[in-house]
Amino acid sequence: MKMVRLLKTSIVVMFSVFAVISPSGYSRAADKDPIKVGVLHSLSGTMSISEVAVKDGTLMAIEEINAKGGILGRKIVPTVEDGASDWPTFAEKAKKLIQQDKVAVVFGCWTSASRKAVLPVFEKFNHLLFYPVQYEGLEASKNVVYTGAAPNQQIMPAVTWLLKEGRKKFYLLGSDYVFPRTANLIIKAQLKAEGGTMVGEEYTPLGHTEYSTVINKIKAAKPDVIFNTLNGDSNVAFFKQLKAAGITAKDIPVMSVSIAEDELRGIGADIAEGHFAAWNYFMSMNTPENTTFVKNYKARYGKDRVTDDPIEAGYFGVYLWAEAVKKAGTTDVNKVREAVRGVKYKAPEGMVAVNPTNNHTSKIVQIGKVRKDGQFDILWSTGKPVEPEPFPALVSKKKVIEPGKIEEGK
Amino acid sequence: MQSPGRGKSKGSKMSIEMIISQIFNGLSLSSILLLIALGLSITFGIMGVINFAHGEFLMVGAYTAYVLQKIFHGQDGGTYFLISLPVAFLVAGIVGFILEKSLIRFLYGRPYEGILATWGLSLIFQQTARNIFGANNVEVTSPSWLAGGIELMNGLQLPYNRLFIIAVAALSVFVMYLYIYNSSAGRRMRAVMQNRDMSACMGIKTKSVDSTTFAIGCGLAGVAGCVVSLLGSIGPSTGQNYIVDAFMVVVLGGVGKLSGTIAGAIMIGMASPLFEYVTTSSMGKVIVFALVIVFLQWKPSGLFALKTRALD
Repeated sequence: MKMVRLLKTSIVVMFSVFAVISPSGYSRAADKDPIKVGVLHSLSGTMSISEVAVKDGTLMAIEEINAKGGILGRKIVPTVEDGASDWPTFAEKAKKLIQQDKVAVVFGCWTSASRKAVLPVFEKFNHLLFYPVQYEGLEASKNVVYTGAAPNQQIMPAVTWLLKEGRKKFYLLGSDYVFPRTANLIIKAQLKAEGGTMVGEEYTPLGHTEYSTVINKIKAAKPDVIFNTLNGDSNVAFFKQLKAAGITAKDIPVMSVSIAEDELRGIGADIAEGHFAAWNYFMSMNTPENTTFVKNYKARYGKDRVTDDPIEAGYFGVYLWAEAVKKAGTTDVNKVREAVRGVKYKAPEGMVAVNPTNNHTSKIVQIGKVRKDGQFDILWSTGKPVEPEPFPALVSKKKVIEPGKIEEGK
Repeated sequence: MQSPGRGKSKGSKMSIEMIISQIFNGLSLSSILLLIALGLSITFGIMGVINFAHGEFLMVGAYTAYVLQKIFHGQDGGTYFLISLPVAFLVAGIVGFILEKSLIRFLYGRPYEGILATWGLSLIFQQTARNIFGANNVEVTSPSWLAGGIELMNGLQLPYNRLFIIAVAALSVFVMYLYIYNSSAGRRMRAVMQNRDMSACMGIKTKSVDSTTFAIGCGLAGVAGCVVSLLGSIGPSTGQNYIVDAFMVVVLGGVGKLSGTIAGAIMIGMASPLFEYVTTSSMGKVIVFALVIVFLQWKPSGLFALKTRALD
């Protein structure tokens, strides 16, 4: 009896493995069943300060779609996994979502380190990831849809804006991993090209909390602006200690690319007041889509909660995927991956569209200044979506022909 | 856009105010490390239990300050923070006491199981905090009288909150000194530390000494948690940021000795900002740790070795 059951189980296992390997069998499996999707974020560890809210935004979009009857008449069922701010864990959980849960798509990751860790998994299984956070560029996988900003949609306009404001001496401060280092590479090239100088560069480990020495170095270097690519909790310690050392936004302003409304709650708006941030979306934006989005988010998660750029990118990522599924008429990963190219959606920040050549999203670019209430005054905006350029000409000669196909430049 | 308060010194490599400022940073870091390592050192010293959950008692203290802030919300921020120091000591101490009675005492003399069990415990603590307070870090608003600082000279400001931390650390050391060396409870504690069996024969209730000591150690971590909330945000993993440094202090200073812990904390606390200044933050830490490892090759029992049989 036991042998028979064992045999049965192994047959089932074999079939399911087969189903994953052959995409056609996979989509035919069960058409009126719910669609399984994966959500993979750090719900614990140093990155949870940022990622928990993105997960919430993603789940809200899924529920909204379900409330309207789902897609193709099927409900979406999310499976949430915790990457635990640990990059190998991200890879392991991605594999689990794809192989064991057989999800149709995965929404997730924040740090570039986690994205780089899951990338081989998604490429190996030829699967699909929606990545909701701004990043350093120099990537265009056919297995990833990038709904956050490429360098030319956040970092580079911010540098140009600062230079135009007359701030020429930059101090670059970042966490010690792939995003800040690559972002600073781009910034340095840009400063050289556009007439700024770098007076200092410093990287601290993720989760670092002792910034008094770094602040002393900054004081000695006397920059016009600090360009901040710190991630996670370190920001709180840095801003608190900067203020305690007597440096305000009037003395040396900080331009941040990883601090949004949600992080400001942790830092304390009174401490970060007057500093700058560059994003594609601010909660204070005045569009009808945003008003509904903010209202629904607060109704769902509490009055004191705030929305921000990555939350919004995580949210509209689900809608972009849903549009692609409708267009393809199936949840089959290969077909959805084809269909997603060029898909459009009216997001809270305005119209967003997946660029058909590089799988990044065209988005509006804005610069804000922190107000006392933890919101941003929008100082500058491109007014219309900017097409993404994942390989800035300043630092790379590579050209994207189509997602996953990158040509070496001459 | 240069600040009016700065800019006299013309960017010389290391001006006098930079040097003073760095020494001050070193002192401030030393005092934080000292507060955390004090508790670790005495529990390690007296019981031989390597408590990986020590950082989580720091977190308990930090959240105590946060909860008190919520309760006293709207009132002047000045008083509640002073109250939160002893309250954090009590809360962390009581949690430590319960834990010692229910779990830690079964682990005496079993260092490997001790490491695993307390590590697991630290995960449980972190997850519990996450469930109660959420995964997001929270902020403890510094009292208004700790904002700003003393402007010693042009461009050199000593923040009040760091001065306050140094004062709290100094006071804690002083009280601990009185307790360990000038009270009968402290004498019993030292007796147990030096020879457990003999002390038991002499009628000392070693079990109650163990639990009191453990509770005091945890309470001190709670106080440390309170003061670090002045520097950054606090979250479920706050304790993890400090635990490795605290262990470094303990092994460098020599286990179970107050003077060793003080010396260890000052050495690591002063060296870190120095190396950080001349290299980078990541490199600075690497150099300090490498030096500690080299030092331990030369003196395996640390700066101040305690001659005891309990640790043999």
